[in-house]
Amino acid sequence: MNAPLLQVDDVSRRFGGLAAVSNVSFEVGRGEIVGLIGPNGAGKSTLFNLIAGALPPSSGRILFEGEDVTALAAPDRCRRGIGRTFQVVKSFDSMSVLDNVVVGALVRHPHAAAARRKAAEVLDFAGLAPRAASPAGDLTPPEKRRLEVARALATEPKLLLLDEVMTGLTPAEAQKGVELVRKVRETGVTVLMVEHVMEIVMPLVDRAFVLHLGRELAHGKPADVAADPGVISAYLGDRRRAS
Amino acid sequence: MTAQIFLQIVASGLLMGLIYALIAVGLSLIFGLMDVVNFAHGEFMMLAMYAVFGAVVIIGIDPLMAMPLAVAALFVVGATAYLGVVQHAMRAKANIGMVQIFATFGLAVLIRGVSQFLFTSDYRNVPAERNLLGGKTIELGGVFLPLPQLVGAGISVLAFVGLWLLITRTDFGKALEATREDAGAVALVGIDKNRVFTLGWGLGASLVGLAGAILAIFYYIHPDVAAPFALIAYVTVALGGFGSVFGALVAGIMVGLAEALTATILPPALKSVGIYALYLGVLFIRPKGLFGSL
Amino acid sequence: MASQALSAPLAATTAAHDGRRRRELIAFAILLAAFAVLPHLVKDVYAQNVIVLTLMYAALSQSWNILGGYCGQISLGHALYFGTGAYATSLLYTKFGVIPWFGMIVGGVIAAAIALVLGYQLFRLAGHYFAIATIVIAEAGLLLVHNWDWAGAATGIQWPFVPDSWLTFQFGRDKLPYIYFALGLFAATWLVTFAIEGSRWGYWWRAVKDNADAAESLGVKIFKSKMAAAAVSAFFTAVGGAFYACFVQYIDPDSVMAFKFSLLMALPAVLGGIGTLWGPVVGAVILIPLMETTSSYLGGTGRGIDLIVYGLLVMVVALARPEGIVSLFSRRKAPKA
Repeated sequence: MNAPLLQVDDVSRRFGGLAAVSNVSFEVGRGEIVGLIGPNGAGKSTLFNLIAGALPPSSGRILFEGEDVTALAAPDRCRRGIGRTFQVVKSFDSMSVLDNVVVGALVRHPHAAAARRKAAEVLDFAGLAPRAASPAGDLTPPEKRRLEVARALATEPKLLLLDEVMTGLTPAEAQKGVELVRKVRETGVTVLMVEHVMEIVMPLVDRAFVLHLGRELAHGKPADVAADPGVISAYLGDRRRAS
Repeated sequence: MTAQIFLQIVASGLLMGLIYALIAVGLSLIFGLMDVVNFAHGEFMMLAMYAVFGAVVIIGIDPLMAMPLAVAALFVVGATAYLGVVQHAMRAKANIGMVQIFATFGLAVLIRGVSQFLFTSDYRNVPAERNLLGGKTIELGGVFLPLPQLVGAGISVLAFVGLWLLITRTDFGKALEATREDAGAVALVGIDKNRVFTLGWGLGASLVGLAGAILAIFYYIHPDVAAPFALIAYVTVALGGFGSVFGALVAGIMVGLAEALTATILPPALKSVGIYALYLGVLFIRPKGLFGSL
Repeated sequence: MASQALSAPLAATTAAHDGRRRRELIAFAILLAAFAVLPHLVKDVYAQNVIVLTLMYAALSQSWNILGGYCGQISLGHALYFGTGAYATSLLYTKFGVIPWFGMIVGGVIAAAIALVLGYQLFRLAGHYFAIATIVIAEAGLLLVHNWDWAGAATGIQWPFVPDSWLTFQFGRDKLPYIYFALGLFAATWLVTFAIEGSRWGYWWRAVKDNADAAESLGVKIFKSKMAAAAVSAFFTAVGGAFYACFVQYIDPDSVMAFKFSLLMALPAVLGGIGTLWGPVVGAVILIPLMETTSSYLGGTGRGIDLIVYGLLVMVVALARPEGIVSLFSRRKAPKA
C-alpha cells in the first residue's frame, strides 16, 4: 500500500483532431487535498472525466491504489473508491434530496434500509438535513452543489473529485464550502478539486497542479505555484490585473 | 433474376421511395427544429387526401390542380397544431418527452375521430372521370411505370429542390437553421423563436400534405389510411437520422427499394419485412441513423 | 464513518418514509377489499366485464410503468409482450393441452427473454430512436404472427369449449373468477412495484431515468438496470396477455398485438402519473370505464365520437397534468416558479 492513491501516467485525450489533454502525469497521495487549476478550456474537466472513467483516454494509464483502472468504466471506478461531482450539477430532480444520496450509498450498502441510514448520516454531515425531504429539483444552486458532494460522499470514496463546487457561490457560501471540504479531509478522504476561483483554492490545498491548454504548466506548493511566472502570465496575471 | 425484373424493382422502388421521402421529410424537419416527434404526422397526410378528394368532388378540378389547395390547407393545419397543442406541450415542467408524445398522439386520435365523423369510414377514390393520371401506366423498355407514381416522384424531387433552396437561400431558411442550432440564442439576434416554430410546423405539414395529395391520385382514402404510411415515415426518419433532410431523402429511397425487392421475392403480405430488416440492420450498426448527428 | 444519532429533521424524514410506506400498504389493502366486494354489488355482466378490463389494464400499465415510468425507457411496443403471453398460453393449451396456469409462466419467461435480447440492442438507442424502434419491432412481430400458419396466421386461435373449471381457467358465463384473477394480477404487479420502490433497484432505475451520467458516477450500471427493468416489465405484461387469452378464449394477431395495445398499456400510467406507484391504477380506473362506455354507447354509431372523446382526453391530460392525476393528491409543495 505504498503506492500513491492516484497516479495519472502520461494521459492524453483527443476529440477529433483537438487535443484536450496532452501527456499529463501527476500523483495524488493519501490524505492530501490537491488543487487542479487552470484557465477556462485548460482541459481540467476532461482530465476529471478521464480519472472518473466517464471518458476513456486516447493514451496513457490511470492507476488507483497501484492498480491499473484505465479499462474500468465509471461505475466500477466508483466501486473502487473514486467519487465525483459534476461541473454542471446533475441531480436526480424527480427524487427527494435524501433519495439522491441513497443512490450513492447503495454502492456499499446493498440493502436499501442500510443505505437510507447511511444517506441520512451523510446529509447531516453535509449540512443538508433540513432539506432532506425536498425534491432535489427545488434546491437552490448552492444547495445543489452541496447535494452533489453529499451524494459522492455517500459512496464512501477514498478519493473525492470535486469539479468546481465553489463556482457561482457567494463568498459566504464559498467559505462554508471550504469548511465542508476540510471536514471531508478530516474523515480520511483524499480530495482532488478543480477550481478556478484561485482565492478559494490556494489556502485550502496542500499542492496545486496547473493545467494550461491541456498540458502541465506547473505544480507544487500553492505559494510556489502562485509565484511561478508562467502561471501568472497564463492565469493569475489576468485575474490580478482585472481585480 | 432477369435484368428486366431487376430494372422493374429499381424503378418501382425509386418511385415509391421518393414519395416516402416526401412523406417523411416534414417529420424530420420538425424534429430537427425542436426535438418533437409529431405522432399526428400520418393524420396530417390523411387530411390532405380528403382535401384533394373534396376539391375534386366539390369544385370539380383534377387532383393535380387541387394540390396547391391541399398544401395551403395543411400549412394552416400544421401551424394551428403548433399554436394550439405543441406550444403548450413544450411548456410542460415534468415528463416533457412524454407530454409531447401523448399530446400529439391525442391529436392524431382526435383528427381520426373527427374525420370519421365528417367523412364516415367509407373507402373513397378520386372519381376516375376527373382523374387525368389515374390508372394510367407507361411502358419503357419492358419496365412498367404507373403514371401517378411517376409524376408524384417528379413532384417529390421538385419539392426537395425547393426545400433545399428555401433552407439555403432565404431568410426564413436561415432563421430555421439558426433556430435548430440553438433555439435559446436566436432570440438574441432578433429571431422570434415561436414564429419560426409556427412556420416550421406549417412547412412540415405542407410537405406531408403534398405527399398526401400525390397519394390521393392513386390510393384509396379513408380515416385510417395513414397508419402504415406513418410507420414508414418514422422508419425513414430514424433510418436517415432525425432532423436530417438529406437523410430523409436517401432513407426514403432505400425504404422504397427494400419494399419493392421484398414484394418481388416474398409473398405480398410480407412486403414490409424488407423495410423492417433494413431499418433494424442499419440501426444496430448506426444507432443515430445514416446521417444523424444528434 | 461511525453510526451516530441522526439530527431531528433527518430522524423525522426517515420516520415519515416508513410511515408513508405503511400507509400505502393500508391504502392498498382497502383498495383490494373494495375491488373484491364490488362484483357482488354490481351483478351486471357488462359492468363486470368492464371491471375485468379495468383491473387488467391497471396491471398492464403497472408493468409498463416499471420500464417506462421508473426506468424512463419509453416503450411503445409492449403489445409484443402482451401478444407473446397470449400466444404462448393459447398455443400450449390448444396444441399440447398444457394448462393455462403453466402457459402463463412460460409466456412470461419467453417475453422476458425476448426483452433481454431486444434490450441488448435497443438500450444503446437514445430517446426517440428507442421509442420508434420499439414500435417497429412490435409491428414486425405482428406481421410475423400474421403469417405464421401453425399459430393460425390471420384467423388466430379459438380455444375449445370446455366445462367451467379452475384447472383450465375457463368459465363460460361466470365473470367472478376472471375478476379475482385480474385483481390478483394487479395486486402482484402493485406489490412488485412497491417492493422495487423500496429496494435498490427502484433507486437505480429512477436515477437512470433522471440522469444517466450522474447514476454511473455513483456506481449504477445503466445497462444492467435497464435490462432488469425490461425483463420484469415484459414478464408481467405477458402474464397479462395470457390472462386476456383465457378471458376472451379467442385470439388473433390484431386482437392482441396491434399498436393500440402498446398505447393502452402506457396511457393509464401517463394519465394517473408516470413513474408513481398509484398512477397506473388511478389512470386505469378513470380511463378504461370511460373508454368502454364511450365505445359501446357512442362507438356503435361508427362516426368516431368515441375516438374524439378519447383523443381529447389524452391530449388534455398530457397538456394539463404532465405529472398525472396523482400529483393532485401529493402533499408535496409545487416548485416555486
